[in-house]
Amino acid sequence: MAKVLMKGNEAIGEAAIRAGCKNYFAYPITPQSEVAEYLVKRLPEVGGVFLQGESEVAVGYMIFGAAGAGERVMTTSSSPGISLMSEAISYIAAAQCPAVFVNIMRGGPGLGGILPSQADYFQATKGGGHGDYRLLVLAPDGVQEAVEMTMQAFTLAEKYRGPVMILGDGLIGQMMEPVEFPEDLATEPTNKDDWATNGMATRTSKRRNLVKSLFLDPTELNANNLALKAKYQQMKREEIQFELYNADKDYQVLITSYGTMSRVCRTAIDQLKEEGIEVALLRPKTLFPFPEQAVYAAATKESCKSVISIEMSMGQMVEDVERCVKGQRPVEFYGECGGDIPSPEKIIDIIKAMI
Amino acid sequence: MGKTFSKPAALSDTMTHYCPGCTHGIVHRLVAEAIDELGIQDRTVGIAPVGCAVLAYNYFNCDFQEAAHGRAPAMATGIKRVRPDLIVFTYQGDGDLASIGMGEIIHAANRGEKFTTIFINNAIYGMTGGQMAPTTMPGQRASTAPMGRDTDQTGMPIKMANLLGGLVTPAYITRQAVLKPQQINKAKKAIKQAFQYQVEGKCFSFVEVISTCPTNWGLTPLDSLKWAEETLLPYYELGDVKTPE
Repeated sequence: MAKVLMKGNEAIGEAAIRAGCKNYFAYPITPQSEVAEYLVKRLPEVGGVFLQGESEVAVGYMIFGAAGAGERVMTTSSSPGISLMSEAISYIAAAQCPAVFVNIMRGGPGLGGILPSQADYFQATKGGGHGDYRLLVLAPDGVQEAVEMTMQAFTLAEKYRGPVMILGDGLIGQMMEPVEFPEDLATEPTNKDDWATNGMATRTSKRRNLVKSLFLDPTELNANNLALKAKYQQMKREEIQFELYNADKDYQVLITSYGTMSRVCRTAIDQLKEEGIEVALLRPKTLFPFPEQAVYAAATKESCKSVISIEMSMGQMVEDVERCVKGQRPVEFYGECGGDIPSPEKIIDIIKAMI
Repeated sequence: MGKTFSKPAALSDTMTHYCPGCTHGIVHRLVAEAIDELGIQDRTVGIAPVGCAVLAYNYFNCDFQEAAHGRAPAMATGIKRVRPDLIVFTYQGDGDLASIGMGEIIHAANRGEKFTTIFINNAIYGMTGGQMAPTTMPGQRASTAPMGRDTDQTGMPIKMANLLGGLVTPAYITRQAVLKPQQINKAKKAIKQAFQYQVEGKCFSFVEVISTCPTNWGLTPLDSLKWAEETLLPYYELGDVKTPE
């Protein structure tokens, strides 16, 4: 299929349809409202469902209801909206329903700003909502990868029967890039008759199904949490994705960075190479599960003297990097989180100061 | 001679946890009878609230989802929109629906979502132990209103059926009670009608049911019926507030 030029937000909407998701509920918020504006036109063409909810709180539960009924469903929002949806995300994780959430991050805390940010790393990877749950978090670095990850997200959500998040900074949603929609990433929906509330009439078992998160018996609650934990352990074994750049060289510094920020880091690495300074990049594509062993291996390469995490935050992923490096190398941090994206020149200056 | 009276198929065999004298059991049965009579059990999905009816899914024999506090109408919206062929109902109390879930019920009703809400109004929070609800009567004592509800501070009780009936979108909105047999018969008709409108894909349907809470009112079951009759019914007038025709 030929490439088309699309805005990230619109491409995410189209990718959902191509992945077989025909149900979308959302509430407007900058910088991702174009997803809704695209899908309100596109979904009727494929017989799909579009609904603008009254709040992100309500939308979170519309997603829960639809997912519990066994249908593929997605919402998109931005940081403050995801805070409001986090209650529902906790319930959806506990009740084990597949659903896709997209967070096109803007600056925070509070209303923050509407420019790109990566300040929701903690929210996405460490909780956001209450209780012992994790989100499988995919972090694209551009529009093409946003398309691919959105399509993969539905497959992963059904594989693990849980919520999956696409975590992109505002630039991913707002910029236009040429994209194609890989047909091989679209999967058939799995059979959900053994758990979904899709009506007893449709099931051969004729047994009724329950979608719930309440377990008053401590043994039952513990068992549910152990079942969730087992899924997260399986994700750690099977779903880690990352990319290395210039790592075959004897680099002095390892940069860890994801999303749009990692593309700026690549430019800086190319320019430093021209000056004879070798620097490598490790870009996590899954933020949970985090590429723990890969970070350790890249950081402890003999030539590598130090590690720096560069983010559009005040220092969030760096805590995971430090955890994985296990004190074997100094781990530094640079970040900006007002909406400006650090320039290659700024990164070059910082790297030079490190060596 | 055949059996003349039996448990509805849409009710399970599980013993309920409801207190003696509580009217939840009556309303559960009326809902189950309506489901049986309309022949919709195998395509019905109920949504349990947070509150005394949180375990309602144990007592009904049909698919069920359990919502967060107040969010049942949003979940029902999600289910009904993606599977319009299913029959969806929420079963909510007054803390759940009229307090924390006010936003969700108003907007679901205003969108004309084609599901049914059974709203139990007993003028108090039951499950959490008798706190003041938006429906608590002026002067009525509650654990968070020990001197009685002070309307200068908390306003007047919310008449949910009238509030929703004020929306312009067509709907079936009614208020019923289950304090005596005649009322129970009328409530049954209203609940069945509410489901019937949904089966026809006609409109949002809402049945408020004036109920009792002997435990948290501090009254015997019989005195509770009397108190509800004398105190709640003059304020919460029974009857249809709105019909879609």
